Amino acid sequence: MSNDASIQGGRLRRAPGAQSIGRVLRALGVQPRLAVILIPYVWLVLFFMIPFLIVLKISFAELAIAQPPYSPLLVCADPEISSTWLCFVEGKISVHLSTKSYVGIVSEYGKPFYDTLYVRAYWNSVVTAFFSTILCLLIGYPMAYGIARSSSTVRNLLMMMIILPFWTSFLIRIYAWMGLLKDSGVINNALIWLGVIDSPLSMMNTQFAVYVGIVYSYLPFMILPLYANLEKMDLTLLEAAADLGCKPLKAFFVITVPLSLPGIVAGSMLVFIPAVGEYVIPELLGGSNTVMIGRELVNVFYQNRDWPAACALAIAVLILLVVPITLYQYYQNKEAEAGK
Amino acid sequence: MSKRLSWFIILVLILGYFFLYGPIVSLIFFSFNASKLVTVWGGFSTKWYGELIGDDQVITAFLLSLRIALISSTIATILGTIAGYVLARFGLFRGRTVLSGMVTAPLVMPEVITGLSMLLLFVQMQQLFGWPTRGSLTITIAHITFTMSYIAVVMQSRFSTLDISLVEAAQDLGARPLKVFFVITLPIVAPAIVSGFLLGFTISIDDLVITSFTSGPGANTLPMVIFSKVRLGLNPEINALASLIIAVVATGVVASTIYMAQAEKRRQRDMQMAVQANE
Repeated sequence: MSNDASIQGGRLRRAPGAQSIGRVLRALGVQPRLAVILIPYVWLVLFFMIPFLIVLKISFAELAIAQPPYSPLLVCADPEISSTWLCFVEGKISVHLSTKSYVGIVSEYGKPFYDTLYVRAYWNSVVTAFFSTILCLLIGYPMAYGIARSSSTVRNLLMMMIILPFWTSFLIRIYAWMGLLKDSGVINNALIWLGVIDSPLSMMNTQFAVYVGIVYSYLPFMILPLYANLEKMDLTLLEAAADLGCKPLKAFFVITVPLSLPGIVAGSMLVFIPAVGEYVIPELLGGSNTVMIGRELVNVFYQNRDWPAACALAIAVLILLVVPITLYQYYQNKEAEAGK
Repeated sequence: MSKRLSWFIILVLILGYFFLYGPIVSLIFFSFNASKLVTVWGGFSTKWYGELIGDDQVITAFLLSLRIALISSTIATILGTIAGYVLARFGLFRGRTVLSGMVTAPLVMPEVITGLSMLLLFVQMQQLFGWPTRGSLTITIAHITFTMSYIAVVMQSRFSTLDISLVEAAQDLGARPLKVFFVITLPIVAPAIVSGFLLGFTISIDDLVITSFTSGPGANTLPMVIFSKVRLGLNPEINALASLIIAVVATGVVASTIYMAQAEKRRQRDMQMAVQANE
């Protein structure tokens, strides 16, 4: 190790500087350990936690003609007092919480609660995300399995080819499908040329196109955790099963699939969760007739400028995603512990 | 494995890779189409590449995206490395669960919600302090926040598999914690830091939703420009741009895979030599 003296010298020179940072911090009465913890902590509280609390706050406000367009949560009983703080000291402040935006999600004139625009958008998002996840699993599992059981050189090449599209632009991959799916697109042209169909199939701006887009974009996210799991698997278990007279197909469902359950859960959640809130895919491939919640949220916010409604939708999406997110993190923690 | 399964697996692999690469190949193929109708072949031409280079809007947007990605992934790498180190090496401390939750939550949060919440924060901040003005600065802050999560996860797993004996040896020889970190730990995890940085860079330069939310007038990144063009339909210039992006990324990924394989080989050889030298 010590034969590379020049590098070591460089590292040693840097070290006294680092040491003096510690001395300065201690002189200021701050433990270096605490300071290190605080750096990411403060950043995340400021730019992740607080924004989330603001969303929660605005979701309980009402739409108002103001700048920004929502009513204040803290209302002063005495209009003479200009400062909220003074009002608070005087004890004349009241909190004004409104659930109007949440009620708005399930009420629409002349429609039952289960048929409002937003409830339909929710339902459609969940259904779309669910079936996309199933499709990704059906395509991704055999692929991950095949890659994991290939020879090590082939395996690395195949894995690189799975990861490669992930590094290219997401938007461009969706755009590629626009060229394939549209009425005068590549698929229709090819089918007409082959004589399979006479007039173009309308695939663009349909639910089908949204499925294709989601499965295409998120397939690598399904394959990666599955591959990581299947690659580690103890193959002697399958040999043991075969020795005991178990048919390969049965061994696959009795041994391989249950053992790869953490990979299945991780992959499924990595597809399902982002797919529920997807905006770009329905916007570009789904046309105006596919309603999905991510898209409705953006429309409510930018077109209706109804900030409280958009925030209430966001909170409702999160409530919907609590179960899958918790499930994902539970399996991740279990994996992490098993790895140690 | 069983021969009965393998033809099925091979078929799925072939179809799967065809599914993954077919659209990309068709995209590149039609970027050399002379016709403005992207999917109808009108002869070979590279004119769309020429038009692309002359398109000021695209060039400006690209430079802005590049700047934001470089700055945000650098800062995110520093913050993410610290967060990963704290989570992997500091044991249990008060607030660890909250920190761990805040690190992983942005990974699974739908982008529209992250974007909306960041925008509302910036609106609120501007109301209270008159700062920051929405534009490249707010985009950068948003990118740092969500890319640092990815980097923190990468770094956490790297730090938790770190060979503790080297650190202990340094401590036994009297090195202070900070010195140990900079002299021992950091050089060992350097490859992970590089891949974390690259991951952050890619995510940042590619992001559309969070960027659109946090952007302000005049700050249009490359994905925003692409999106606004693509919304109107197929555009041969975008095919050319996409092909260039794919070419750059593919070269980078292949080169880094080869480099990493060689570095791994070198490392193993060095370790062998070190063992032999000790004997």
